[in-house]
Amino acid sequence: MSDPATLFMLGASHHSAPLALREKLALTPDKIATLRARLGPAAGVRELAVLSTCNRVEFYGVAGSPEAVMRLEREFCALQGVAAKEFAGARRHAAGGDAIAHLLAVAAGLDSQLVGENEIFGQVKDTYAEAVTGGGAGPVLHRVFQKIFQHAKHIRTHTGVAEGAVSVANVAVELALNIFGKLDTTRVLLLGAGEIGEKTAKAFQSRGAAGLTVASRTLGRAMELADTLGALAMPFWLAPVKLGEFDIVVGSTAAPEAVVTRTAAAAAMRRRPAQPLFFIDLALPRDIEPAAAELENVFLYNLDDLAKIAAKNLAARETEVARARLVVTEKSAQLWRQIGPRLAADGGDAPITTGEATRPPLAG
Amino acid sequence: MHGQTRWSLFMPNLTDRQWLWFAAAGYLAGFALGTAALLRGRRHSRVAMLATLAAGFALQTLGLALRGRMVKGCPLGNTFELFQFTAWSSASLFLVIGPTFRVSLLGYFTAMLAAVLTLVSLVIPAWDSALRTHVFGANPWIELHAALAVFSYGVFGLLALTSAMFLLRNYSLKSKHVGGWFSFLPSILDLDHIGVRLLGVGVALLTVSVALGAVYWLPHFETVDTLKVLATVAVWLAYVAALGLRLGGALPARRLAWACVALFGAALLSLAPVNSSRHPPASAAPEVRAP
Repeated sequence: MSDPATLFMLGASHHSAPLALREKLALTPDKIATLRARLGPAAGVRELAVLSTCNRVEFYGVAGSPEAVMRLEREFCALQGVAAKEFAGARRHAAGGDAIAHLLAVAAGLDSQLVGENEIFGQVKDTYAEAVTGGGAGPVLHRVFQKIFQHAKHIRTHTGVAEGAVSVANVAVELALNIFGKLDTTRVLLLGAGEIGEKTAKAFQSRGAAGLTVASRTLGRAMELADTLGALAMPFWLAPVKLGEFDIVVGSTAAPEAVVTRTAAAAAMRRRPAQPLFFIDLALPRDIEPAAAELENVFLYNLDDLAKIAAKNLAARETEVARARLVVTEKSAQLWRQIGPRLAADGGDAPITTGEATRPPLAG
Repeated sequence: MHGQTRWSLFMPNLTDRQWLWFAAAGYLAGFALGTAALLRGRRHSRVAMLATLAAGFALQTLGLALRGRMVKGCPLGNTFELFQFTAWSSASLFLVIGPTFRVSLLGYFTAMLAAVLTLVSLVIPAWDSALRTHVFGANPWIELHAALAVFSYGVFGLLALTSAMFLLRNYSLKSKHVGGWFSFLPSILDLDHIGVRLLGVGVALLTVSVALGAVYWLPHFETVDTLKVLATVAVWLAYVAALGLRLGGALPARRLAWACVALFGAALLSLAPVNSSRHPPASAAPEVRAP
């Protein structure tokens, strides 16, 4: 029979580690491979998965003894050139059901800076994939990660933690969906080449907008940005004349006065009376004359409007966190009841099926 | 008491009105389901809504079939029957287009409309105090004319619902209140497109109905009530004009939506002169008064 083993989590995140320390702790794929090689089979860490993002570095694994976890910590600090004391100040450690609960909270986005954000779920999947290919995933981690993916999806769909966009660009995309239903036939005009406008335009492209045209006061800059985005460029003076050919207009210029007047918007609407026109004004001073919003079928949102919606969505997500935490507690305890006794009995060497069909690796 | 016709072989021993009460309960259950979900800030279950509406529709079909057997024709002989048939048309149309278009909240609004029309008609005894049998005589074309006309009213009922949803969505986007239950509404463009299609279908049905009526009644103009003709033709012309103006780009989507809501109200009101003008052939349309 194997030695008694424990499931553990060790790491540091934005909750405990400042950015400067997180920069030092961040692990590249090469370094993860090096760490695995340094630990070797004799180190007592039987299974290991490494989650490294801009906000956290966390190890999830099965260790034969508490000393094995301490050895992992020492090897990690040595590899990163971080003083053990410095890491100890930010370190978080959990074992058994608590480690599962933490991983589930992380995967569901409850532990993220931006509650409910979706990117972390993909990063946890990548972590598992790396553990599988790197040989770090055994019966325990296979079981834990597969169930975690299932439960995290449940939390995201059955609570409000992931509802509503919380960034200006995504709020703009959601509003466009409320107007047009789908974006695959919409044409987007980006006025100006500012960073926030570019991000918003990219968000529309990623959601399948049919076409993107860039018009900047400097044609060279417009062409450069259009090249980067795979879009078309247009002379700036032509933009107000061609407004009617677009469904979504994103204003992000540094122009001292409105680029699109009510008159220009009205002329555009005469060419497309049945089609809505959506203005997103991200510029300060504003690019779109506010009076344009009075026109039928014209919808105008400025930076403040979008920020207010994003803040409201974020607040709504945060009120759902308590409900989601209850699910985390319940599901992690349930999973630990399946895994814990087996881990204590045989060290987790045998596959853990708990009567259910074993899923193939990476199912999630 | 009328409504004593019963299915004797496979169905429980219920009268037509009892079946229609159960149908109203089905629609009301759908409305309650949607309201409860909205109050909890959640989307209602699409399957549950479809199931309650389908149940209401099936029960109403039974009730109307019983009534049809009793009156020996399409049950369109009094205000109660006209309201019931309009609700049945809206529900049947939703069951056909609802799952296809997947318009969120349309099921909820349909359940509300069907519940209101059926319940109001059931609780006003005066609307069902007289049963007219053989109201269309022996002419199936006139029966088809009436059935198509009332079915088109069902289409216009659904159109009024999508128009109301359009107005709510437009208000939410213009006033920048996009959260809460506004977020469950479909996109403004989808609502507009569905509205125009429903308007086209409703106008087509009503046009065929008016044409059928004209073919029969023009040679017998003296038998037609002028108020009924005026009311029917006015409703038909108003919808035709709305469609024409919309397709010609002269009626913006928001004004069309207001027009469709108002026109449906007018269409329901026009049922009164239509109903009161009935002059069934003396030989074939006995009137049975409820005790």
